[in-house]
Amino acid sequence: MNPSTRSASRRQFLKTSSGMALFVGVSGLLPIALSCADRKKIGEQLSKQPLTAWVQLSEDGQLTIYNPAAEMGQGSMTSLPVIFAEEMDADWSMVQVIFSPQESDIYGSEGWGASRKVMLSAGSRVTTGYYSLMRKAGAQARHIILHSAAKLWKVPIGELTTKIGKVVHPEQGLSASYGEIVPFLEVPEILPDFNEKGLKDPADFRLIGKSVARTEIPEKVNGSAQFAIDIRLPNMVYAVLERGAIHGARPALKNKASILAMDGVLKILPMDHAIGIVATTLERALEVKKRLEIDWEHGQTGGFNSKDVFAVYEKHAEKKTKGKVLTEIGNVKKAFRSAAKTYRADFKNDYVYHAQMEPLNAVVQVATDRQSAEVWVGSQQGFDEKLGVPKVLGIPPEAVKINLQYLGGGFGRRSMTDFVTECALLAQEIPGRPVKLLWTREDDLTYGAFRPQTLQRLSASTDAKGNITGLSHSIIGDGGNLVASGIKNNYYDIPNQYAEWKEVSHGIRLKHWRSVGHAPNKYAIECLLDGIALDQGIDPLALRRTLMRNAPRALATLEKAAIMSKWNGPAVEGRAKGLAFLERSGTLSTAVCEISVNRETGKIKVHHFWNALDAGVIVQPDNVRAQMEGGILMGMSSVLKERITIAEGQVQQSNFHDYPLLRMEDIPESIETEMIPSTEHPQGVGESGTPLVACAIANAFLRLTGKALRHLPFTPDRVLEVLNSADREKKYASISHSN
Amino acid sequence: MAAYTFNINDEKQQVEVTEGTSLLWVLREHLGLTGTKYGCGIAQCGACTIHVDDRPMRACTLTVDGLTENQKITTIEGLSEAGDHPVQKAWIEAQAPQCGYCQSGQIMQAVALLNENPEPSRKDIQSYMNGNLCRCGTYLRIVEAIQLASKNRLAKK
Ligand code: FES
Ligand code: FES
Repeated sequence: MNPSTRSASRRQFLKTSSGMALFVGVSGLLPIALSCADRKKIGEQLSKQPLTAWVQLSEDGQLTIYNPAAEMGQGSMTSLPVIFAEEMDADWSMVQVIFSPQESDIYGSEGWGASRKVMLSAGSRVTTGYYSLMRKAGAQARHIILHSAAKLWKVPIGELTTKIGKVVHPEQGLSASYGEIVPFLEVPEILPDFNEKGLKDPADFRLIGKSVARTEIPEKVNGSAQFAIDIRLPNMVYAVLERGAIHGARPALKNKASILAMDGVLKILPMDHAIGIVATTLERALEVKKRLEIDWEHGQTGGFNSKDVFAVYEKHAEKKTKGKVLTEIGNVKKAFRSAAKTYRADFKNDYVYHAQMEPLNAVVQVATDRQSAEVWVGSQQGFDEKLGVPKVLGIPPEAVKINLQYLGGGFGRRSMTDFVTECALLAQEIPGRPVKLLWTREDDLTYGAFRPQTLQRLSASTDAKGNITGLSHSIIGDGGNLVASGIKNNYYDIPNQYAEWKEVSHGIRLKHWRSVGHAPNKYAIECLLDGIALDQGIDPLALRRTLMRNAPRALATLEKAAIMSKWNGPAVEGRAKGLAFLERSGTLSTAVCEISVNRETGKIKVHHFWNALDAGVIVQPDNVRAQMEGGILMGMSSVLKERITIAEGQVQQSNFHDYPLLRMEDIPESIETEMIPSTEHPQGVGESGTPLVACAIANAFLRLTGKALRHLPFTPDRVLEVLNSADREKKYASISHSN
Repeated sequence: MAAYTFNINDEKQQVEVTEGTSLLWVLREHLGLTGTKYGCGIAQCGACTIHVDDRPMRACTLTVDGLTENQKITTIEGLSEAGDHPVQKAWIEAQAPQCGYCQSGQIMQAVALLNENPEPSRKDIQSYMNGNLCRCGTYLRIVEAIQLASKNRLAKK
């Protein structure tokens, strides 16, 4: 162990400790918390919440570790505690995991660029954001135990070591479990602030990188895992909202009196965007929702037609006016002027919907005096303090308690708080009684917040040897960062690059959707590369090998995927393989998929998917595999089936009968994942699989048919149209090239 | 409002609800059997799958009036005493769930499949499970879990 000098004073630590248990609140994190603006507030919080810390150890050896992140299936309930337990050298069989209190001053991360700490589970950043903190906290917990045992046995601390939940003195043959040390816990004067060197050698890891079963799976197979939608409280009442078919439209309720006279109706609340109903039972609330007669005033999206708007986008693409510049490397114009050949292609994508399986919902109870509130919710947390509830209720943040529940899927939708604040407003009308707000599936879909539709115009230049010398990428659509993510090509050696975003806004509600702009942007970039490869008669793998000449980690994933997929092996009759590489949330991944196409129906069948990734240290390998499988299947769903269309401002789909998701009959035979061994800091994996799919499928399709799929999703009707198009040339024909 | 009596998980249960109320709301909101989930309400997702006389049904499209107390209703809570039904064990072994929301329905559907067909082929599994959506994309592990459960059961015989 190699303690460095920065330390937390004993007094600070004692504030959080108690005689019975060890609270390692101080480690790494609490000094930061204590140094934050309002010390008094933190102190109060700690005395109110004796468990406000990372861990609690009791005399029987039971260890409770607090998870500050949301659990939406990505495995945070296991991955973060595993990191802590690894450094503490804890006995994993004694570990229990619970959610930490939702107090961002204490449990939040500073890495979100806000002026204060934020608790947020998004962008695949949970593991990467908490890794160092959890290691340090675990090491400090171990140090306190060692220190206490040294005092107890009157031996120098240097003679002690730990062994899976025990502290031992090998020479004197002394041994005690961590629990047995609890009554003698003593906090050192100086608590070391462990640096990298003082932490475990990764070669000695016995939890990190090993197969550890996920802690919350047993409750998820016996039906007891609690989602917010499952909350039942004494005196609880039910709320639903009727929102406008056009987003933002204002309602005027015409039959208020007769609705209020209905049995079981407790309240009607007109809101800016909806009519809220509170009733004694859910079935009553839903029945009443159907009976509302509402006049809707004009909404923000009135008259908008998503299918027609591509023509407008094309006009913007033609215009010489610059958009917001996203990348500028070298001189693209010059590269194009001196090019041996140039290429151009447009790519389109439609709106997609999150479709998390648990429809949005929340439970809120406002106190009778309206001065405090309690919330039960499945949320990805977020920037709004206490999910925006204090603000809408006009009460201070400390008067709001958030009880985080498991999320029945997040995918970006649950980092919005619209469903929480709606519920708070309704609960305020019935103080004292808990109100459960349910969005029906139809509400969830029609009042969704979608991944934006875009048009992307790409052009590239090559020199006489076929090297790519320039790449220009223009995105036309709405959404700022939502459309810009994934535009950069940091791992490809292309000397001249330019990327821009041209804004066209329609007032459609938009939101991060698993992997954000990466899916459409990487689709366009990777397909352009394969188009160039085809035209130049270069193997797509060889083309990328050249581009990755200065990016060894990226190249390693490419070579690995090539081996896994037998890229150069003989093709199965009627099938072809397609390749894609990308970086998302710091993870580098290459995928190969193998497809066939039914030329009568236009249906694409994905047979196999192979992917190799470098995500730094892998905390939970089996969970990484699960995330890749899930991400790829969600990608396949969106790429082959999903499309939200808007006509006259209204969403045209309403439920899974007209917004189909991938089903069991369409899954590939296998999805294989390999992880490149690494000692680098862990990166995010949850969003890596999804954006690989469109590129890999379209590139396989190009190799199979010589034709390009240029509009997501690749529904059978679109595929047929491409297959039957007049262009029969074995060329990437829609790319224009000039010599 | 009317009184209804049901046989749920081998217990007699009485509720007083409006005629036409969906069995799903009765299970979840009136009886607290919240393992059965709401996902679509129109028999498109399978999150609400339960057994009625051992056959898989979508609770969201059954109403209280359509059921009698002689019919045996089983929910995920009644599948086993301690979450240790062979299918549940296989689910843990395969580490199948992600968010978990669809999983009660998946498991109820899978149990019915294995009761009907103890040795299903991959194709059999895919077609029998086709009505159960999983947005997290756990389908491959569900197939694996069902194959495991089938194998474990045969091994026991
Ligand atoms: S809720 Fe019953 S099938 Fe979806
Ligand atoms: S595990 Fe999340 S929907 Fe299936």
